[in-house]
Amino acid sequence: MSLERSDVENIAHLARLAVNANELDSVAGDLTTILRLVEQMNAVDTAGVVPMAHPLHMAQRLRPDEVSENDQRELFQSIAPATENGLYLVPKVIE
Amino acid sequence: MHSKNITELGAGLRAGDFSSVELTRSFLDRIEQYDAELNCFITLAPEQALAKAAVADQLIRSGNAGPLAGIPIAHKDIFCTRGMKTSCGSKMLDNFIAPYDATLVKRLDEAGVVMLGKTNMDEFAMGSSNETSYYGAVRNPWDKNLVPGGSSGGSAASVAAGLCVVATGTDTGGSIRQPAALCGVTGLKPTYGRISRYGMIAFASSLDQAGPITRSAADAALVLQAVAGFDRHDSTSAEEPVPDYSEHLNDRLHGLKIGLPKEYFDEGLDGDVARSIDLAIDEYRRQGAEVMEISLPNSELSVATYYVVAPAECSSNLSRFDGVRFGYRCQEPRDLEDLYKRSRSEGFGAEVKRRILIGTYALSAGYYDAYYLKAQQIRHLISDDFKRAFEKVDVIMGPTSPTTAFALGEKADDPVTMYLSDIYTIAANLAGLPGISVPVKPANGKPVGLQIIGNYFQEAKLLNVAHRLQQESDWHLAAPAGY
Repeated sequence: MSLERSDVENIAHLARLAVNANELDSVAGDLTTILRLVEQMNAVDTAGVVPMAHPLHMAQRLRPDEVSENDQRELFQSIAPATENGLYLVPKVIE
Repeated sequence: MHSKNITELGAGLRAGDFSSVELTRSFLDRIEQYDAELNCFITLAPEQALAKAAVADQLIRSGNAGPLAGIPIAHKDIFCTRGMKTSCGSKMLDNFIAPYDATLVKRLDEAGVVMLGKTNMDEFAMGSSNETSYYGAVRNPWDKNLVPGGSSGGSAASVAAGLCVVATGTDTGGSIRQPAALCGVTGLKPTYGRISRYGMIAFASSLDQAGPITRSAADAALVLQAVAGFDRHDSTSAEEPVPDYSEHLNDRLHGLKIGLPKEYFDEGLDGDVARSIDLAIDEYRRQGAEVMEISLPNSELSVATYYVVAPAECSSNLSRFDGVRFGYRCQEPRDLEDLYKRSRSEGFGAEVKRRILIGTYALSAGYYDAYYLKAQQIRHLISDDFKRAFEKVDVIMGPTSPTTAFALGEKADDPVTMYLSDIYTIAANLAGLPGISVPVKPANGKPVGLQIIGNYFQEAKLLNVAHRLQQESDWHLAAPAGY
């Protein structure tokens, strides 16, 4: 599998990363090298092998739906880039 | 004082030979003297440390202190420390003041340790040389032209150089064991889930595990004792009971069955490293252990598998860094998409972006089965290899890293070559097994680590096996010249 500039642009958009036009070729090259390494996996027949999602095959633990934490909005928003009236500010989304 | 272990320092503190304030001052002085050249620390907390040391001294005088009270420690800058910068080695979090303590930090604080500061690391723990840090590379105290390993490079180098007694680390693919090996110190990665991940900034959540980097296995046992155990704040925290990790340290190894995976001694292994590993294995034979060759046939696929699983999980975990709620935000964003894209592109370094892109690709529509599902299947095969091996042997041994520490810059521009330096450590993460790296005879003056892998929750056995080597040899006592 070899990635083209357009593939990198597409993946970067999905990841919400900006890749400069002058870096597209080198990033495509790096990613292709990594994918070649990864494709060693294709040598193995994994038909019927159960995928392993958790090292100890544990199930998700559940807890009662009760409030367990205090409201710390002011503390958490004190490190935010921009807030107003307890809300996080971002550029205008709807004109 | 800087070369003593926790037990020795604890005895000195309790006997009143010196106070924790004096001990803390002496380590702060050493950091002042040496860290400009080593770059082990991102943030120092001298005032907080001296205040904590004074509290520890009172506790010690009252006779109610535990073994870690008053002991100077450093935390990898991946652990949240309340009211203090927690950068994860990234520009993205250069302005991040953690609003809470990680469970590991909290438990050690309650045990009375004195935190000196936060150690340097590869950005978001992605690297094997500590060169991807936004705060610059860490240098190896054994030779300042060499890397300390990574990603817990600052932690390993600071213990090796005697800038702290203990440092914490995290290990997703070898990030405790490999730098411990390259810096000549002891590094323990416990079983997945043994230590809470709460407040530990996530890289790959099904692989990440915290652990101590120390001067000895006995020290590692004391630190693990303080931090191991269930935490309701971590949904993958193990509910397994916590044994006494120091109780069996001295147990004799007669009849211990050691498996040497033939795949860990192949042509990729440096000859001098192999000779040092052989010497350590001989010492175990002398102590009555039974050594046999085993096979982990799928282990050669661990790097390939890891570079799907880890980037996939990282691409998901790191999506939280969006310039909205905390961390770096770009200047004058045009619109929301520009805010996301530029904040992330300017805030993350090259290796982190590379892994986010690989992970995003592996999880994208049409590629999921070929990459992520396939990797999870092979992960099962790798895990089954270990399961079969542990039916025959008690522990598995081999080199931690295929080479000794390499030169700064040597692999920095070649991601895949860098990835291969974790070839012997990654499989334990994929399987979730505990592993420890202990120093053996240096090769050409450079440290070499012996890796010991155990079965699930067999940390006490690993520490026992490592401790017995350290009782009968002095390799772990070697210190870099000039420190």
